[in-house]
Amino acid sequence: MSFVPGQPVTAVVQRIEIQKLRQGNNLILGFSIGGGIDQDPGQNPFSEDKTDKGIYVTRITPGGPADVAGLMMGDKIMQVNGWDMTMVTHDKARKRLTKKNEDVVRLLVTRKSLEEAVKQSMGGFPRP
Amino acid sequence: MDNESQYSGYSYKSSHSRSSRKHRDRRDRHRSKSRDSSSRGDKSVTIQTPGEPLLDAESTRGDDRDDNWGETTTVITGTSEHSISNEDLTRVTKDLEESTPLECKRFVGPALGGCLSFFAIVTPLAFLILPQVLWRDALEPCGTPCEGLYVSLAFKLLVLLISSWALFLRSPRATLPRFFVFRCLLMVLVFLFVASYWLFYGVRVLEPRERDYRGIVEYAASLVDALLFIQYLALVLLEVRHMQPAFCLKVVRSTDGASKFYNMGHLSIQRAAVWVLDRYYSDFTVYNPALLNLPKSILSKKMTGFKVYSLDESTTNNSTGQSRAMIAAAARRRDNSHNEYYYEEAEMDRRIRKRKARLVVAVEEAFTHIKRLHEDEAASSPKHPREVMDPREAAQAIFAPMARAMQKYLRTTRQQAFHSMESILTHLQFCITHNMTPKAFLERYLGPGPTMQYQQQSGRGRQWTLVSEEPVTSALRQGLVFSLRRLDFSLVVTVTPLPFLRLGEEFIDPKSHKFVMRLQSETSV
Repeated sequence: MSFVPGQPVTAVVQRIEIQKLRQGNNLILGFSIGGGIDQDPGQNPFSEDKTDKGIYVTRITPGGPADVAGLMMGDKIMQVNGWDMTMVTHDKARKRLTKKNEDVVRLLVTRKSLEEAVKQSMGGFPRP
Repeated sequence: MDNESQYSGYSYKSSHSRSSRKHRDRRDRHRSKSRDSSSRGDKSVTIQTPGEPLLDAESTRGDDRDDNWGETTTVITGTSEHSISNEDLTRVTKDLEESTPLECKRFVGPALGGCLSFFAIVTPLAFLILPQVLWRDALEPCGTPCEGLYVSLAFKLLVLLISSWALFLRSPRATLPRFFVFRCLLMVLVFLFVASYWLFYGVRVLEPRERDYRGIVEYAASLVDALLFIQYLALVLLEVRHMQPAFCLKVVRSTDGASKFYNMGHLSIQRAAVWVLDRYYSDFTVYNPALLNLPKSILSKKMTGFKVYSLDESTTNNSTGQSRAMIAAAARRRDNSHNEYYYEEAEMDRRIRKRKARLVVAVEEAFTHIKRLHEDEAASSPKHPREVMDPREAAQAIFAPMARAMQKYLRTTRQQAFHSMESILTHLQFCITHNMTPKAFLERYLGPGPTMQYQQQSGRGRQWTLVSEEPVTSALRQGLVFSLRRLDFSLVVTVTPLPFLRLGEEFIDPKSHKFVMRLQSETSV
């Protein structure tokens, strides 16, 4: 997941669809995010590359909509409903996730175990 | 002597460092010449800090003494059956150094300077007095202006006298091998000055019996002014010029690698050598020849070599090939001497620490046996009369319990040559008198002190030889190397100039110091 300026970023992603839950006047998703281009990337406990300024999932409410949908702690969010999340400020990310007129958010998330799973499956390929 | 025949061959050559042999050869050559021969162009010259050179008077007895020196001061010793303990050795050295007579050469320079300055100071007075004595009646009377000139003359002479006393009337600290150029220059200048003034005076005043007394007084006043300016010149050349640092000198002791860096200004090599030696005595730890040798058990393993057999029949020159093969084989062989060195060092450290612990405890306990008697306590207890002792007796009383621990510690750290029982007692007495704690008493023995601490206060001085490839009156410059040699070690001095500093400026507005917090927020969505 390291990022070279000017080169396209490639990653193995998982599509996660979360239905927002209505609690009183708010629509909540049930997780917390951290990171952003205006934040300090060195403090991120989940990133491999400590210069990575992407948006990471830092906490998941157990039993909440995100947990049900399969989101895991430490995931990096690459897209939300088609909008890019790799180069946004923290506030922008929050706004994209909490639009009041959307009930569903479709996230593209990536994590290390996905890459390894793909590698394993590809490594087993040549065998008949 | 008996001993000589045993090692006239092998150990005589092999157990000496090259420099001491060279020194001995040169000393033999110089034995019959006068001391001025050193200025004739051979490059090894002698600095004598005041006193007689150690070996010149003892040259006939020097040889067997040198062999014994070789026994204790070189790293790899040859086979020499005659062994002498280190204590005897230092005792012998002390005897030699004390028995040499005071030489007169060291007083020639100051005596000459003294005469010259006396002559110079008396001259203006002579200029004033001579006309009065010789042709008083013919002189024109000269009232107030002359008296004003008398006053100024008197005060200037007083200032000259006091500053000469302050600056120049000091006992010399060193005798230099060649002429001290600036001092000679100044003495010549003073002499020429005064001589030319006398010449003028003699021709223009004494002969025609000049009648204008005021002119004579003004002439004398101008001489005193000129002398004051020469003294200013002397002050600048001798004292002030070398105060601004320009060079950094690295001084390394050749035997154990103790080194120091000093900053100094522009000086000639011989003056720089004296300067360095001044600081050597108080900065460098004392040279202990007993600490130099690696134990024989470690080094002797290297002595066994390989025997090389050549299997092919060719008789071509393969001696170099053989020696190279031996060196390569020796390098490839697994050499464990570093292992033994490491364990030997660790063992030695442990032993020293154990003995030190015993010593500290013994001394602390000994110090608890006595306490200071205050005035009012003397009459307070008539029932238990206590024996009142002076410091010397008190020191002797408490020395006994700690003597054994002290001796063992000194032996382990190989310092026993530097401290005799008498000196320990004297030091103990000193510490008791000044209310020192046991730790303060032990400070002298727990670490090697500067060389100055171990010097006896004899007026004979120390003999050092300045070895240099350049003439010793030339000024210091970059890359110069000279060494100061003593009998068993030498100090190698390297000169490097101090770097030129380009100082720039950067202005920081005090209002420009602003800070923000680093963000790491977490938002729940």
